[in-house]
Amino acid sequence: MTASIARQMRRANAPPVYLDYQSTTPTDPRVLEEMLPYFTEKFGNPHATTHAYGREAEAAVERARGEVAALIGAEPREIIFTSGATEANNLAIKGAARFHRALGKDHIVTLASEHKCVLESSQALAREGFRLTVLPVDTQGFVDLAAIEAAIEERTAIVSVMAANNEIGVLQDMAAIGSLCRAKGVLLHTDAAQAVGKVPVDVEAMNIDLLSISGHKMYAPKGIGALYVRRRPRARIAPLFDGGGQERTLRSGTLSTPLCVGLGVAARIAAAEMTAEAERLAGLRRRFLAGIKARLPEVRLNGDPERRLPGNLNLSFPGISALNLMAACPSLALSTGSACTATSVEPSHVLRAIGLPEALAGATLRIGLGRQSTQSEVDFAIETLAAAVERQSVTSAGTAPI
Amino acid sequence: MSPSAYLDWNATAPLHPEAAAAIVETLRRCGNPSSVHRSGREARRALERARAQVAALVGAPAASVVFTSGGTEANQLALRGLGERLVMVSAIEHDSVRQAVPSARVIPVMSDGVVDLAALARLLDEADGPALVSIMLANNESGVIQPVAEAARLVHERGALLHCDAVQAAGKLPLDMTSLGADLLTLSAHKLGGPPGIGALVVGAEAPLAAIQTGGGQERGRRAGTENLPGIVAFGAAAEIAVARLGDWAAVARLRDVAAARLTAIAPEATIYGVDAPRLPNTLQIAMPGVPAATQVMALDLAGVMVSAGAACSSGKVRRSHVLDAMGVPAAAAECAIRISLGWSTTEDDIDLLVDAWGALYARTRASAA
Repeated sequence: MTASIARQMRRANAPPVYLDYQSTTPTDPRVLEEMLPYFTEKFGNPHATTHAYGREAEAAVERARGEVAALIGAEPREIIFTSGATEANNLAIKGAARFHRALGKDHIVTLASEHKCVLESSQALAREGFRLTVLPVDTQGFVDLAAIEAAIEERTAIVSVMAANNEIGVLQDMAAIGSLCRAKGVLLHTDAAQAVGKVPVDVEAMNIDLLSISGHKMYAPKGIGALYVRRRPRARIAPLFDGGGQERTLRSGTLSTPLCVGLGVAARIAAAEMTAEAERLAGLRRRFLAGIKARLPEVRLNGDPERRLPGNLNLSFPGISALNLMAACPSLALSTGSACTATSVEPSHVLRAIGLPEALAGATLRIGLGRQSTQSEVDFAIETLAAAVERQSVTSAGTAPI
Repeated sequence: MSPSAYLDWNATAPLHPEAAAAIVETLRRCGNPSSVHRSGREARRALERARAQVAALVGAPAASVVFTSGGTEANQLALRGLGERLVMVSAIEHDSVRQAVPSARVIPVMSDGVVDLAALARLLDEADGPALVSIMLANNESGVIQPVAEAARLVHERGALLHCDAVQAAGKLPLDMTSLGADLLTLSAHKLGGPPGIGALVVGAEAPLAAIQTGGGQERGRRAGTENLPGIVAFGAAAEIAVARLGDWAAVARLRDVAAARLTAIAPEATIYGVDAPRLPNTLQIAMPGVPAATQVMALDLAGVMVSAGAACSSGKVRRSHVLDAMGVPAAAAECAIRISLGWSTTEDDIDLLVDAWGALYARTRASAA
């Protein structure tokens, strides 16, 4: 099917084509279906195990814990449910740092391209007196292994390296980083919010000690996530907050049974479908890139072309304002980068970290493909973007590029 | 199916059908409230509408509502988010308040379960720096309603701030943050017909709050993380219904009082705690002397009656209640106390089932003791 036919086939009032899967994913209908009974008739408090309703909820939570664990090669009791990846990242980094401070450790290593909540957590610790090493990444988005090795010192409490970047999608070599950290005897945390369920992640093979998971990035609902906490050798962390002592005292608060169930189902589906889906999405991604390059040869891809999330592209349109381009394409749901910062005009710290000039950073869109993306949507998006760029190029001819 | 009676509403309440519908509708859509495209903007509108609904539950401005993952997180944010302060908490607070600040001073309660305001005044007078006082609006075990407005006057006269854990009271009692005088107030959705996994801290203008969970700057920098939109929208729906149906609790209170009268008719030596103080309309904490709470809870469970021995916590173990300890109840009696809590769908049949099962256990234990 050609792009123009694909375009004609879209009805005038159709909802925009969703191309923002790194921001959030729709809840899979299969996930929703299994969750619903735990909102309504099976509503017991999973910690109120003195009665049948509570025990039924507890059993569902434990089943979900097992499903999440299985997806990343962990044991069920190594999974701590949280309200999301932001909480998991805060708990891992602040928790590990604060626990190990008593053992004389006061140093943290992370990357310049991390998610904002990792950088913010690290900076919060710096205000508490920790020393912070923020390592650079190269123009493709990768950290240099030798730089990590050089940064680790006797007093390093934790190294935090994201598995997959949320803007440019690049996949760090977690297996190599894991064996390095294990050899050095330093805790390794990875923010795997974008990676889990999309690409294989195995905490054993990769020697990962702490790993953050986000529900709504993998077709489960918002408001649920998890932190993997290694038992052997034990990764010791302090809780962010205390209370009823749930989740092995690491995370107090009544667990939301339906949300835990949702994350479990999403993990089960991902485990079963990830290989085929990754291949399908990588095909769509290559089609998207080739198609847009054919129409707009000046478009530049940010991040390594292949070692990246199957469904992610990050494209710069030289001379075009990304915000104007988005406004010119109301039939596409796009973003300039991280949703947290999408409304601010500040250039992306990730694009700055890979050395993209500021003018190009402002001309950059993130394109996220996912479970409901189709070839005709990709073709429609290529056509829509190309037509808009061509129009903008005409109207902005003679003016300085933004 | 054999009959059953759910009488553990203070642990969690079933979801209101309207709140369930709101969840399903929101889950079927997709959008991150921080995204600028259409689905993101729709998500943002739904979020702000829910914020206004939750604010209306407590008579506060919408901007003062900070959504959290639940009551526990909200309590911790309140107690730890105001920087270095001398913290004072009542002896009957929920664990998430009692354990938030290890150095906190403890405000005693009197034998009727009400916080000792004279003791609070003394503690405040001894304080040599800015203080933060935390007193719950209604206790989760005894149901006793605390004199929060009077406490707020004492607290504010001495330049301190007041946090109020209103998790159990919200949706059961009329609530107005201004007349209550609370500077910070904690809410939990799943106690009032919303879903679990969502709560809020309502932050008054006088409380300069710093985040515990940092990151993308959501909730105006006070709580980072992509918002749990289905949970928030359902919380808003449940809050609106709760306000509209406050009048229904009078009937629940009558049912609770019938239950109390029938249980004490069976066992005249049974003790009801907090009965001399104003209480939540739905809560009944009662001890069957000589029969451990765990035995009662198990016997009732076998008969299909779901109650608890106190707060639902990590272990699921039956522990002696710190609330009854604080009221000066002897350990032997406190270990025999169970919590019965009713809700909007509780029926006379539920109470019959409770009374029959409890009565049968009482008869058995008295026969074997004879």
